[in-house]
Amino acid sequence: MTNIGPSVVPMSLPGGRSSRGVSLHVLSVLVENRAGVLARVAQLFSRRGYNIYSLAVAPTDDERFSRLTVVVDLESAPLEQITKQLHKLINVIKITEIDPVDAVEQELLLAVVAADVSSRGQILELVGIFGAKVLDVGLERLTLALADTPEKLDDFTELIKVFGLIEVQRSGRVALAKLNRGGGRGGISRGKAS
Amino acid sequence: MKLTGAQALIKSLEMQGVEVIFGLPGGAILPVYDPIIDSPIRHILVRHEQGAGHMAEGYAQVTNRPGVAMVTSGPAATNIVTPLANAYMDSTPMVVITGQVATSSIGTDAFQEADTTGITMSITKHNWLITDAAEIPEVVAEAFHVATNGRPGPVLIDVPKDVSNQMMDWYWPDAVDLPGFKPTTKGHPRSIQAAARMIKEARRPVLYVGGGVIRAGASGALLALAEKTGIPVVTTLMARGAFPDSHPLCLGMPGMHGNYSAVTAMQKSDLLVTLGARFDDRVTGKLSGFAPEAKVIHVDIDPAELSKIRHADIPIVGDVRSVIEDLIEALDKGEAGEMVQADLTPWISRIREWQKLYPLSYDRDGTGNGLKPQYVIETLSSLTPEGSILASGVGQHQMWASQYWRFDHPNAWVNSGGLGTMGYAVPASIGAKVGRPDKMVWAVDGDGCFQMTAQELVTASAERIPVKIALLNNAYLGMVRQWQEMFYDQRYSEVYLSPDLPDYVKWAEAMGCVALRVEAPEEVAPAIEKANDINDRPVVIEFRIDSSEKVYPMVPAGASNDEIVLGPSYGGAR
Repeated sequence: MTNIGPSVVPMSLPGGRSSRGVSLHVLSVLVENRAGVLARVAQLFSRRGYNIYSLAVAPTDDERFSRLTVVVDLESAPLEQITKQLHKLINVIKITEIDPVDAVEQELLLAVVAADVSSRGQILELVGIFGAKVLDVGLERLTLALADTPEKLDDFTELIKVFGLIEVQRSGRVALAKLNRGGGRGGISRGKAS
Repeated sequence: MKLTGAQALIKSLEMQGVEVIFGLPGGAILPVYDPIIDSPIRHILVRHEQGAGHMAEGYAQVTNRPGVAMVTSGPAATNIVTPLANAYMDSTPMVVITGQVATSSIGTDAFQEADTTGITMSITKHNWLITDAAEIPEVVAEAFHVATNGRPGPVLIDVPKDVSNQMMDWYWPDAVDLPGFKPTTKGHPRSIQAAARMIKEARRPVLYVGGGVIRAGASGALLALAEKTGIPVVTTLMARGAFPDSHPLCLGMPGMHGNYSAVTAMQKSDLLVTLGARFDDRVTGKLSGFAPEAKVIHVDIDPAELSKIRHADIPIVGDVRSVIEDLIEALDKGEAGEMVQADLTPWISRIREWQKLYPLSYDRDGTGNGLKPQYVIETLSSLTPEGSILASGVGQHQMWASQYWRFDHPNAWVNSGGLGTMGYAVPASIGAKVGRPDKMVWAVDGDGCFQMTAQELVTASAERIPVKIALLNNAYLGMVRQWQEMFYDQRYSEVYLSPDLPDYVKWAEAMGCVALRVEAPEEVAPAIEKANDINDRPVVIEFRIDSSEKVYPMVPAGASNDEIVLGPSYGGAR
């Protein structure tokens, strides 16, 4: 099964293993910004039986290219085979393999939480602690936003859940390799020629 | 110069050197068919779009040039899906052009609309939906570049009707700019040096040769490598003819229905030098039991094939011809040059023993209820001029053809390997004859296959394409029957076709062919000789063969290659 929805992602644990016990790896994929590229990538994963754990897509600073951040589940296939097959797509320019340990990751969470007069103060306290934001205020509800690591998002969700979660939306993570001391990037880049 | 999109498309094909298009017109592709009247490109009007695709494949398999097929939108595009999938599996270069409904109608479920690029995404190397006529020359140049470079394969260009009618300023691109498509053709020198050392140390090496050697035009280099090292060669189903069967080092075909000596040499090998082959399950049998003591050198233009199925001790990405040439040099020079080739004499004598004990065999004097198919193919092979082309469908007749035809030249064997597409033979042989009109082209077909695509013989008659069909009629879906006999307690389920419904002679004659029926062994040779003398129209010879005849040797599905069954001509024993 290929889950390409960036919607509600299962809880993940540090060290690149989710609570389901599968090993995850992040691929940062630079693609040509053309119609149908996302379909090609998604269909490749589906056709070869690779599992996508989460997927985020956005244009880069260069409008000719987009960047996909794909979190893949390595239980389904070896990483090397996944990257080689991805490279066969004509629109794929470059793939950077990022081990979660060597990555800086961010994900965005939007949550609508029940917040009556009695609980509103406690919720705002958690908003302060986590550095989240209040995006919208209703009579009985608050819409909150938090951009942080996937683990922090898990913790925050866990804590506000007690007040009554009405809706949660997560973006799927985006990631880049950690900078090394010399100023270059970690991660293994594979150009077409590899 | 102002051109319509349609004119630009045909002109672009001319710029690519296209000499023939296999196709069938229809609504959405109508504008493109108008400039074909004024073009020097030959168009061959097929009777079914699947035929157009397989003809383009047959053309490509014998010429190593991309075959071109053109059909309309919707059902025509879905009819050509099978050839695309077939070409993708067998790495055959092909360019398919499909009509599409007008851009303003896309997504509205318009008449004859299908999501062609979506449907064909996973069975093409790449596909393009053109949205502006100005893109046409660039896309055509890119499409031919992608189809023929790196690992060859099919591509598709989807052209909406309004784009075909749109005016554009003609240009021809100087170069193709595809930043995401840069195949590696030169093998890594260090890996090649390491491979040369490993070859020199090996005591039981085998050159495991796949279809990539034919696509790369590497037969000459392969012959040099084999003769230099004295290493025996197995040629997979896709590689028959890549190395001459008549050569003393040739062991024939490995795999499920391979020669005992080819299968067993791989099983006992200590080094598989894998050249443009991909460890298909029909070659390896049960993977955990396949060539357990062998190290693997794997050369392929597609990096994704390396270690996909079997771990490669030395993976080499590159064009197999270039890598073989570099390997030959490395065997002479550098570190490996100083090494002495391990003595292969004991290995070769073991193989010679297997060849002597377990050659391909069948019951020549069998008193079954018809001709022996192996005898028909042996006779065909011996009476047909050197260098002739053989096509086949899929099933028992394909295996007998691969076993009993003598393959001595590359690009002379046209078959459907990876996808196993029944009905491939008739249209593919037509495409092959168009590509090589100087060669005699025979197709060996089964009665099940023939009924799937025989209508293309009308195309062959109308276009004066004199292919010859040896129809092995056993009144069954023979390979399925064989499995039901061997593995389903002879419970024959839905495999009987009848020997005389249809009447193949009348049918072939109705399609403009000369038709003959052969039932006795002494009629086989005269019928073939008669067919060989006919050059102005297609010929169909119906051979009534023994329906109980099975393909041997056989490695049962899921079994290890060590469990190869030799068949009744060995008294049922190994």
